[in-house]
Amino acid sequence: MLGLNRNDTLLLIFVAIITLAAPILMNPFPTESSLAQFNAGYPDLMQRFVIFGIFAIGYNILFGLTGYLSFGHAAFLGAGSYACVWMFKLFGYNVLPGIVLSVIVAGIFSVAIGYISLRRSGIYFSILTLAFAQMSFALAYSVLGQDMWGLKGGLTNGETGLQVYSNDPQIFHSEAAPNLPHLFGVPMRETWIWEYGAWQFQFNAGFYLCAIIMLVVFYLSMRIFRSPFGLMLRAVKTNQNRLNYTGVNTKPYTLAAFVISGMYAGLAGGLLSAMDPLAGAERMQWTASGEVVLMTILGGAGTLIGPVLGAGMIKYFENIFSKINKGILEGWFSFLPESVADPIVSVLYLFTGSGWHLTLGLVFMLVVIFLPGGLVGGLIGAGRRLFRRGGGKAAKNTQPTPTSQAAE
Amino acid sequence: MTGSNKTIGRRGLLKGGVALGAAGLAAPTFFDSRAYAASDGGYLNAPTGKTVTLGFNVPQTGPYADEGADELRAYKLAVEHLNGGGDGGMMNTFSSKALKGNGILGKKVEYVTGDTQTKSDAARASAKSMIEKDGAVMITGGSSSGVAIAVQGLCQEAGVIFMAGLTHSNDTTGKDKKANGFRHFFNGYMSGAALAPVLEKMYGKDRKAYHLTADYTWGWTQQESIQQATEGKGWETVNNVLTPLATTDFSSYVAPVVNSGADVLVLNHYGGNMVNSLTSAVQFGLRDKEVNGKNFEIVVPLYSRLMARGAGENVKGIFGSTNWHWSLEDEGSKAFVKSFGEKYGFPPSQAAHTVYCQTLLYADACERAGTFNPCGVGEALEGFFFFGLGNGPTIYRAEDHQCFKDVLVVKGKENPSSEFDLLEVVQVTPMSQVWYEPDHAMFAGGDLGKCNPGA
Repeated sequence: MLGLNRNDTLLLIFVAIITLAAPILMNPFPTESSLAQFNAGYPDLMQRFVIFGIFAIGYNILFGLTGYLSFGHAAFLGAGSYACVWMFKLFGYNVLPGIVLSVIVAGIFSVAIGYISLRRSGIYFSILTLAFAQMSFALAYSVLGQDMWGLKGGLTNGETGLQVYSNDPQIFHSEAAPNLPHLFGVPMRETWIWEYGAWQFQFNAGFYLCAIIMLVVFYLSMRIFRSPFGLMLRAVKTNQNRLNYTGVNTKPYTLAAFVISGMYAGLAGGLLSAMDPLAGAERMQWTASGEVVLMTILGGAGTLIGPVLGAGMIKYFENIFSKINKGILEGWFSFLPESVADPIVSVLYLFTGSGWHLTLGLVFMLVVIFLPGGLVGGLIGAGRRLFRRGGGKAAKNTQPTPTSQAAE
Repeated sequence: MTGSNKTIGRRGLLKGGVALGAAGLAAPTFFDSRAYAASDGGYLNAPTGKTVTLGFNVPQTGPYADEGADELRAYKLAVEHLNGGGDGGMMNTFSSKALKGNGILGKKVEYVTGDTQTKSDAARASAKSMIEKDGAVMITGGSSSGVAIAVQGLCQEAGVIFMAGLTHSNDTTGKDKKANGFRHFFNGYMSGAALAPVLEKMYGKDRKAYHLTADYTWGWTQQESIQQATEGKGWETVNNVLTPLATTDFSSYVAPVVNSGADVLVLNHYGGNMVNSLTSAVQFGLRDKEVNGKNFEIVVPLYSRLMARGAGENVKGIFGSTNWHWSLEDEGSKAFVKSFGEKYGFPPSQAAHTVYCQTLLYADACERAGTFNPCGVGEALEGFFFFGLGNGPTIYRAEDHQCFKDVLVVKGKENPSSEFDLLEVVQVTPMSQVWYEPDHAMFAGGDLGKCNPGA
């Protein structure tokens, strides 16, 4: 179907079902129960799951296929975000032009950065991209954030972040349209709440927009993975020198991969702004670039679904674990006598609240040490062990490609 | 298009899904659109049970984690006092007597916490999860202006009240002011207005100032404020150099000061930045220098005790301004320092003080308005005049939601008696001297908009 083989079709349908049913699947615990702390089914986090999923899917096209380790993809995320908010400021709150422009801007941006950075490979490429991203960050944070050309707050509004003010032109804004990001009148913030017994499920318009876009670009990345172009990219990863010696010019292929993944990042940035109309410079910081590398490796570089899983995992830790404070821990262990509970709470507290980075670090270490293929590699391995007879065939498609490290 | 059997498989699947959905709908349930909910009091997250949830959104990691930790302590103390625990702290000295120690409007106060990471994005994500998941009806916190402005904007869009924590930029209640946002802390303009007369008295009219400024919104607005205030007293501004926020080694910025002909160095830095730049300046021997026949002086416009502790010996004799200091002798401050000290074993910082006040002010406004509805609460806060919270008589101005109160000018103590006793209050600048009109040039361009109850 749709030009995919059977296993890929199944994977796409599986991902579609999981994504569209996420508001229900992410809220397994009743609202009033103490485990509700672990529910992730609220609009903002679900939006982040799919948006960073898009970011990681795109990144995987570059890193997973060609092995080029870019440390600067946050620059495209940020450029997309700014582009989208500028569309809001100039033309009004319909998200469609903003999202389209964010992809275009990120595309142009990545052609420029990619053209220069791809002159080198390996560690030099990584450093170049990192330098460009940090440059963009510094520009957005300070230089372009100062009053210029009669614009108060310049192009990016500096540290505060670019946002829409009531005195912005918004020339296509009509009185009838909602005064917040919307798609032809449906506000992105609109949420339908479904109470089912003790459960509460939130179906958010913005989330479904992001989810559908993610499914489309996921399908796109599948087609890229299975195309001759994808094969060429894998060849670049395996041995670029050999390709060059046989007379193949690899530069157009790597540049195309770079630009495509940059556009994915721009799309993700545009969607971030469409869900929440403020673009901050931190989106361009190197930590944001590092995050997408972590997502991809955590989930399984070079696999189709891995990056999405990795993105979900990191965002989950960031948003759920960081909110478990000492009071909540004490509540959980209140059934124990204080002398026993206190040490347990103080040890666990190292890993929650402000210590969520620590938990994430440990998980990352465990995955890298014990599951070199990432979460997906681990799942496939486990599946094989369980269904030794039929498993080999089913797993073939999502198997990570041989892991030769970054292009030489 | 590999074969029709696949399509049927997908159809079957879809049918199954529809059937499942129908079964779910048939069960006793109800759908409710949050944006237009009217059944729950006409505003977002109206508390329906016996409790009300507040969201404390502070930096727990990153450069301002110290301030964030102290803010969290103060929030917990405020919740304890609101629920009738502890000794009541400043509730006893607060001029409004609407709070009874039985929670807010009879509902027990509960809270959720989040980590802003001192990043606008993370702060908004955290605040959104509090609003969407935990049903918080008020968000408070922030230890830097960028984050405070970002979260304030979010609260305006979502329809909950935002009570700003430590944010000193003019923009928070200037060009970025919002109807749902309120600030108790003072700002850059007030620092300038309070400091300039003291500096004039101490250092004279004929001075040449050299500014080092953190290169972001807060740094710019403070630098602008200080420059204008000191130039009004006859000072001359030799140069203003912007330093990137991530700078840790300031020696290359300090070296040119020596030969610039300036005789005062103004450090528009905060937190770790200030500690490093001040240390650098002192190591260069600037304070022992004599330029133009006058002693070389250093000024740090925004001071905090946590910073003073970081800079150690170097802060001795250096002037700055602060919102509040624990050594104040009024009844409110004494009550607050006492209950904070008994609970945590050390005196509170100005960040702790401002967020404690904000929590009490919010709770009190709810009581007086008789509702948690952001519009009602906002109305109760606008133009509210009070005293007994440690800053003397204070007014929440209706036009920009900025608190006007006395501002403290402080000096690094020459002989500190303990690690907390680092600053001494030189002067309490009266409210009238730091007053400005809402349309002042440094604050112009903003629009409060209309209060948004989110429903």
